[in-house]
Amino acid sequence: MADGAAMFEVVKPGLLTSVQDLGRPGYYHLGLPISGAMDRFALIAANRLVGNPDGAAGLEAVFLGPVLKFACDTTIAVTGAVMAPKVDGVEQELWSAFEIKAGQELAFGTLKAGARIYIAIAGGVDVPEVHGSRSTYALGALGGFEGRPLKAGDQVKIGAASGAAKLGVSIPEEIRRIQPASGVVLRAMPGLYWHRITEESQGSFFEDSWKVAPEADRIGYRFRGGRSLDFVPRKQPFGAGSDPSNIVDSCYPYGSIQVPGGTEPIVLHRDAVSGGGYFMVGTVISADMDLIGQLQPHQPVRFESIDMDGALAARRDEKGRLEALGAFLSG
Amino acid sequence: MKTRYSFGGDEHIFVEIDEEMSLEAFFKSLSMSKAVREATIAGVTEICPANASFQVRFDPDVIAPEALLTRLKSFEAVAETAEKTIDTRIIEVPVFYNDPWTHETLMRFRERHQDPDATDLEYAARINDYPSVETFIEAHSGAPWFVSMVGFVAGLPFTYQLVERSRQIEVPKYLRPRTDTPRLTVGYGGCFGCIYSVRGAGGYQMFGITPMPIYDPKAEQSYLKDLFLFRPGDIIRFKPIDREAYDAAIADVEAGRYEPKIASVHFSLDAFNADPEGFNAKLLEALDG
Repeated sequence: MADGAAMFEVVKPGLLTSVQDLGRPGYYHLGLPISGAMDRFALIAANRLVGNPDGAAGLEAVFLGPVLKFACDTTIAVTGAVMAPKVDGVEQELWSAFEIKAGQELAFGTLKAGARIYIAIAGGVDVPEVHGSRSTYALGALGGFEGRPLKAGDQVKIGAASGAAKLGVSIPEEIRRIQPASGVVLRAMPGLYWHRITEESQGSFFEDSWKVAPEADRIGYRFRGGRSLDFVPRKQPFGAGSDPSNIVDSCYPYGSIQVPGGTEPIVLHRDAVSGGGYFMVGTVISADMDLIGQLQPHQPVRFESIDMDGALAARRDEKGRLEALGAFLSG
Repeated sequence: MKTRYSFGGDEHIFVEIDEEMSLEAFFKSLSMSKAVREATIAGVTEICPANASFQVRFDPDVIAPEALLTRLKSFEAVAETAEKTIDTRIIEVPVFYNDPWTHETLMRFRERHQDPDATDLEYAARINDYPSVETFIEAHSGAPWFVSMVGFVAGLPFTYQLVERSRQIEVPKYLRPRTDTPRLTVGYGGCFGCIYSVRGAGGYQMFGITPMPIYDPKAEQSYLKDLFLFRPGDIIRFKPIDREAYDAAIADVEAGRYEPKIASVHFSLDAFNADPEGFNAKLLEALDG
């Protein structure tokens, strides 16, 4: 790695670190999901701190931070989960911009809360755009750095910085999303194939406490621990398959909650499979999608029923968070 | 058929044309989703046709959910009275049935299968009342298929055969999904065929493999510059090939000179229903012409 070149080298990749921006909409009808940061607000905040446009590509790392060695002087911001960034061992503040010099290493402390950190670098991560986005879709070996998460030894280019970094400010806690520890509530609109389960199961789904299962990734989050769902008896329609949880394969909305076999709900996320043959009880509202990206395995979660008016109000609240961020950084 | 509408959270509307699969439901879903696309409604960001349903993604900051729902319902009458015709493509998919790679895989996962003592092809032939694997392959490759949906993963086509319901092949999925499926496996589950666009987990029965890439994230094949081969509404013909033809096609793919056989065709559901075999023969002629 040439000294001074606009790039960094991956010394340790962490558990799963990938290049993500705000995603690649427009190809879901061909099975290509939107991808992009699971916690979009955190990526936007990190980008704004280093003077990038909201949609610049950064790094998303889950549970364990990477170690990156920089070949050039640049500015960095880390947001999202609580995991302290360190420059050559010196701890830096989260949710604020800091400088790193050529030859220095960025590493991270242990995860204290949340699940995913977002690393923005002034100028953004410079990998080729595929269909308008730099996001990694690992299942389809597309986008990001060579279509995959980062590996040790990768040399990753950095783009040219376009705006001024906000050095010396820290985004106040009331604007950040509080990293959930307990009492997490995911708001969901019942619908899609909600009518397939009995009234009793419609009640238990929202009453029961669920736990995030170990199978929780960018495709979807699985939950377990609640009562199994019972189905309204029917003769299975032609083409639907024999299990009562099967339907004629349909599209899956982002955030939709499928329950294969009626046992463990799966909420689809940014790398969603676009369709399939499992019935869905409803959909987690857009305002709570970022939050899912910060959940850890074994964390207790409840689903709460919400109607469209409530979902739109929550959406406005999230927009308010973004406006507060804008006001703070320009003030 | 009774059309059912449901919100999928604050950003999606799900439109189910019918609970069960049929060519009629597929065609209505395709023409309704096409009408929605052509209307270019502000705030609608994605339109995804599926087998007997479709999904619209929208931005509720641009169009109110109830307003969009009303708008979508207005296309239902149009779709019902519209001529059930489509100008589309027929694409030949060469298939090496009973190939060594899917065979190796199916043997590796035998304990997850309904019939551990038979191959997937033997099992599918038997439960669909075909006297032999050969006659089953004749049925599978003898009539064309609609691409009724593209999805699950990038570029994967679900296919539905253009035959009367009594002749539809039906097979259950594996008892427990495999953790591995070769890329480009020609599979089958329920009443749907598929071609696995990437290597990975899967539960469909495995009948063979095609040498023709259908999804190319690096855009290296000349015919895959926009990454995907299939669109919902395409028609497919599976053509049986032997090992020699398979190896020759693979060599062409590796040299970047493979060209799929594609022809333009006009499909009319009424004309098909009046004479399925005669209509299919004409469809296939387009490829041979």
